[in-house]
Amino acid sequence: MDLKKNIGAYLFLLPAFIVLLVFFFIPFFQTIWLSFFNYSENIYSPNFVFLNNYFELIKSPLFLKTIFNTFYFLILCVPFLVIFPLFLAILINQNIKCKNIYKIIIYLPVIISIVVVAIAFKWLYAPNGLLNFFLDKLGFSPIGWLFDPKYSMISVALVTIFKGVGYYMMIYLSALMSVPKELYEAAEVDGAVGFKKHMLVTIPHIMPMIALVSTISSISALKVFVEIYVMTKGGPLDSTKTIVYYIYEKAFENLDLGLASAGAVILLLIVMGFSILNIFVFEKDKYKV
Amino acid sequence: MKIKNIFTHIVLILICILSLIPFLWLLSTALKGRSENIFAYPPVFIPKDFTLDNFKEVLKLVPIIRYVINSFIVAASTVVLNVILSALAAYPLARMEFKGKKIAFFAILATIMVPFQTIMLPIYIITLKLHLIDSYSTFAGFLGMVMPFAVNAFGIFLLRQAFLTIPKEIEESAVIDGCNSFQIFFKLLFPMIKPSVALLAIFTFIGSWGEFLWPSIVLTNEKLFTLPVGINNLSSAFSSDYRLVAAGSIVSIIPIVIFFLALQKYFISGTTEGAVKG
Repeated sequence: MDLKKNIGAYLFLLPAFIVLLVFFFIPFFQTIWLSFFNYSENIYSPNFVFLNNYFELIKSPLFLKTIFNTFYFLILCVPFLVIFPLFLAILINQNIKCKNIYKIIIYLPVIISIVVVAIAFKWLYAPNGLLNFFLDKLGFSPIGWLFDPKYSMISVALVTIFKGVGYYMMIYLSALMSVPKELYEAAEVDGAVGFKKHMLVTIPHIMPMIALVSTISSISALKVFVEIYVMTKGGPLDSTKTIVYYIYEKAFENLDLGLASAGAVILLLIVMGFSILNIFVFEKDKYKV
Repeated sequence: MKIKNIFTHIVLILICILSLIPFLWLLSTALKGRSENIFAYPPVFIPKDFTLDNFKEVLKLVPIIRYVINSFIVAASTVVLNVILSALAAYPLARMEFKGKKIAFFAILATIMVPFQTIMLPIYIITLKLHLIDSYSTFAGFLGMVMPFAVNAFGIFLLRQAFLTIPKEIEESAVIDGCNSFQIFFKLLFPMIKPSVALLAIFTFIGSWGEFLWPSIVLTNEKLFTLPVGINNLSSAFSSDYRLVAAGSIVSIIPIVIFFLALQKYFISGTTEGAVKG
C-alpha cells in the first residue's frame, strides 16, 4: 500500500481523532485511573488505594440503594416504553386522516428540553395540583407524588415516559413501513384480522426493532439524571437517588473524585453489557467494517 | 371499519391531549394575572384575569433573550463541528483502504458504549486545564460547552452509511479526470450526502439545544447561560412566583417548537432511524 494514500486517510480522520482523544479517550482512562485513588482525606495529594474505593462502594448502603433505585427506575419505564409506543405506531400507521398532526403532537415532548418538562410536571405533581385534582375526581385520595418515597420514583418515571413515547413511536413507525403488505393480505386470507393480524405478522416482523428499543431505552434509563436533578434532587430519603446522581454528587458537590470515579466505572460496566448486546446483536449490519 | 376508525381517533386524540397538558398548563399559569389564585382548587384552566404581564416581567427580570442567543450559538457551533468532523472521518472509513482502519473503526465504535455521565468528571478536569471555561473569556466558555460534543460515533456512522450508498463508479470517473481525494470529497461526495447531513444537523441541534448536564457543570457566568440552565435557575430563584417560571418556560420553548414545525417532515418521515441519540 502506498504511503501517500495512507496519509490522505489519516488527514481526513485527524480532526475527529484529536477531539475524541482529548474529550473521550483520555477522560475514559482517567476515570479508571482516578478510581484507584483516595481523595477524601486530602484532595491535593490523593493516595493510591487501588480497588479500595470499589470495596467501599460495595459496602456502602447508599450506593447499593442507588443501584437498586436505578434498576427500579429501569423496570418502571422500559416495559412501558417498549410496548406503548408500538401500540401507538400501529394505530397511527393505519389509513386514517390527520396522521401527521398526531405524529407531530405526540413527538412534541421529545424536542422540548427535559428541564422544562420536569418543571411542568413538578407543578402538575403539587399536592393541590392538576393530577391530584383528577385523582380526586375519579374518587381516589390524593398522592404525595414527589414527596412520598413510595411514589417518588414512579413520578419521575412518568416524566421519562412522557418525554420518550414519541421518540420510540417514530422508530417503530419507520420499522412498520418495512413490513411487506402481502404478509397482511395473506394473514387476512387465513382469517386473521385486527389484533390477531398484528400478533401474527407485525410483531414477529419487527422483533429486531422491539429488541433495539428495549436496549436503547434501558441504556438511557441507566443514565437518568436531569429529571431527578430538577424535580427531587434525589430525595425524599434518597428514594430517587440513581447511580448518575450519586456520581454527580460525589464528584461536584463532595469533591470525592475517587469514589465518584469508581461509581462511574461500575455504571460503565453495567451500560457496556447492554451496549454490547445492542451493537453486536441488533445493529451489527450498521457497524460492519 | 368506520367504528374502528373512530376508536382509533379517540385514542389518538386522548394521547395528544395528554402530550399537550403539561405545556397547556404552563401556558395557562403564565397567562393568569396577579389577582387570580394559581393554586385555586379546583384548578382553573382558562385564566379569568387574562394578562401578558408575566411575560413582560420575566423578560425584564431574566435575560431570556440572551439565553436564547447563547443556546443558538452553542447548538449551531455543535452542528457545524459535528457535520465537518463526522463527514471528514466518515469518508475514509467508507471509501479508503489504509493501515489501522480496523482499529480506527473499533475505537470509534467503542465510544458508543461509554455514556458521557461516566467520564464527565475527567472531561471537566481537562476542560479546566485547557482554560475552556467562561471565567477566562466568553469565547473560551462557549468552546468549553461545545467541544465535548463536537463529534460522536453516531454522526460518523450515519455519514459513513451515506457514503457507502454512493456508487464507486462516480468516484472512479473523478479520479480519471484527475481529481485528488480532497477535491473528490468536497466537490463531489459531500454534496451527495446532503440528506444525511441534514438529518445529522437537525438531531444534533435538538440534542444540543436541550442539553443541561454539561452546561450546568461548566457554566459560572450568567451571561453565558443556555436556555435549560437559565430556566432551571429561574425556577429555583423564583420558586415562589410560579407565574414567572411558567412564562419563562413558555418563552424558552417557542424557538425550538418553531424549528420543529418548520422541519417537521424530517421528524415524521420515518427516516429518523439511524439518527439515534447517544
